[in-house]
Amino acid sequence: MSARGLLETLFWRAGTFVIVVYALLPVAWIVSLSLKPAGDLNDNRFLPRRISLEHYRAILDDAQFPAALWNSVGIAVIATVLSVLLAMFAAYAIVRLRFRGRDLVLAAALSIAMFPPIAVIGPLFNLWRGIGLYDTWLGLILPYMTFTLPLAIWTLSAFFREIPWDLDKAARVDGATPLQAFRYVIAPLAAPGVFTAAILVFIFAWNDFLFAAALTSTNDARTVPAAIAFFTGSSRFELPTGSIAAASVVVTVPVALVVLLFQQRIVAGLTAGAVKG
Amino acid sequence: MSERYDPAEERLGWLLCTPAVLAMLLVTAYPILYAIWLSLFRYDLRFPDERAFVGLANYASVLTSEVWWQSLASTLVITIGSVTLELVLGMLFALVMHRVFFLRRTVRASILIPYAIITVVAALAWKFAFDPVTGFVNPWLGLELAWFGERWSAFVVIILTEVWKTTPFMALLLLAGLTLVPQDLLDAARVDGANAVQRFFRITLPLMRRALLVALLFRTLDAFRIFDTVFVQTRGAQGTETVSIVGYHALVTRLNLGLGSAVSVLIFLCVILIAVLFVKVLGAGPAAEEGR
Repeated sequence: MSARGLLETLFWRAGTFVIVVYALLPVAWIVSLSLKPAGDLNDNRFLPRRISLEHYRAILDDAQFPAALWNSVGIAVIATVLSVLLAMFAAYAIVRLRFRGRDLVLAAALSIAMFPPIAVIGPLFNLWRGIGLYDTWLGLILPYMTFTLPLAIWTLSAFFREIPWDLDKAARVDGATPLQAFRYVIAPLAAPGVFTAAILVFIFAWNDFLFAAALTSTNDARTVPAAIAFFTGSSRFELPTGSIAAASVVVTVPVALVVLLFQQRIVAGLTAGAVKG
Repeated sequence: MSERYDPAEERLGWLLCTPAVLAMLLVTAYPILYAIWLSLFRYDLRFPDERAFVGLANYASVLTSEVWWQSLASTLVITIGSVTLELVLGMLFALVMHRVFFLRRTVRASILIPYAIITVVAALAWKFAFDPVTGFVNPWLGLELAWFGERWSAFVVIILTEVWKTTPFMALLLLAGLTLVPQDLLDAARVDGANAVQRFFRITLPLMRRALLVALLFRTLDAFRIFDTVFVQTRGAQGTETVSIVGYHALVTRLNLGLGSAVSVLIFLCVILIAVLFVKVLGAGPAAEEGR
């Protein structure tokens, strides 16, 4: 390799290194913070001097955090299942059927993707209090389902377009019943797309803070982002830094693992529509 | 063009789309109409008996208040600052990911980490990092700065947090655009003596125009709605209130549905304005629809 080529390779490899550090630095920091004993929290050091699990014990013993974790998981999972289910019907129709108004559905989904959630907070707040949905799971599931539908419809349509649907006919010719053709031919082909859409939708619902802050008030339905943001320590005037850091690590690690495991599919899902354009 | 539709197929198509369309209309179209209606009333949940029709008075008081214009300015500073930085950084990352085969999977996996982290968590991590009491940033930079004590430095941290969290999304969209640039064209230009900078600005960038504008549109609208990071890091102190924070405080903190709804409707109009401007630049509307 020429000197110039070697220099170029080194340059790109240094770039790789920078990206990895960029992505991991704040994560390493919050993990480090969560492991510092209370006395060391204010030592301004990036790495902990001593390691302690006291903050993890504290948040798990507290009533607030486990309740929020349960709410977050339950609400995000139900919203994801509903959103992906509705989006599957719509995406199938958009890809496979010819009907007037097909573009209208896509346009509606696009405009909702751009919609500012703050604009519906007031009306939902008022409505939910009127019909008893304020501070309930359903009160969050409904907006999450709706605001993730565009993402799900778009991702699924992009994946469904790639499926060789005619295989279904071939299986039928070979003597499979319609149900068998669906179960053994179409479903396995569609599954990766559905799964990817589900991860993206889940991350959206899991991440939301605005709806959770505005439409919940107690442990009944308050999700993790809202619980962490409103965490109160022993003293009202101090942020419970250690507890916040430990809670952050607990909610970040599982999602990060899922994302790392299915990295390729998520990248494909996020960029599915963009490449088509 | 005489397109023929099969009635049974059409009916099935509509049947399958109805649940999704209904859900979207119920939780967005209906509330926004309700918000427009509410914005015409003096309506404060703490004094529900004083509810009265006031026409456009709520809009008048929002548009003549300093709070609204300052928050709009803050929102624009954060939006323009973060989207510009993200674009540059995202493009650099995309170029690196496009070129490097060494540790390719590791890079693509690690860049998804910021995307997967809850925004509130990211905002707190950076808040603690910059905090003079707990953080490592001041000692590393040799400074003694109360970052959240002043407007400009609070903006620096807010923008940095936003950039950290959303650059990966931008980078991945741009990477997808980069893969569409034909390598032959770049090789031919190289043979003809074009250097790397010329190749990038004369060939790569123009060919990526659409991917670039779509990524910019989505990120700009997203940044304009910024709420989580500012709420967690400053609660709007030091003049860092964004329009979403102003709306939230009016609606949820002060329970003033009339005034808060007027703010909501104004934000909605701003978003439409930004979208229209982008679509104008993009050229054809349908292209923008395909783009997502």
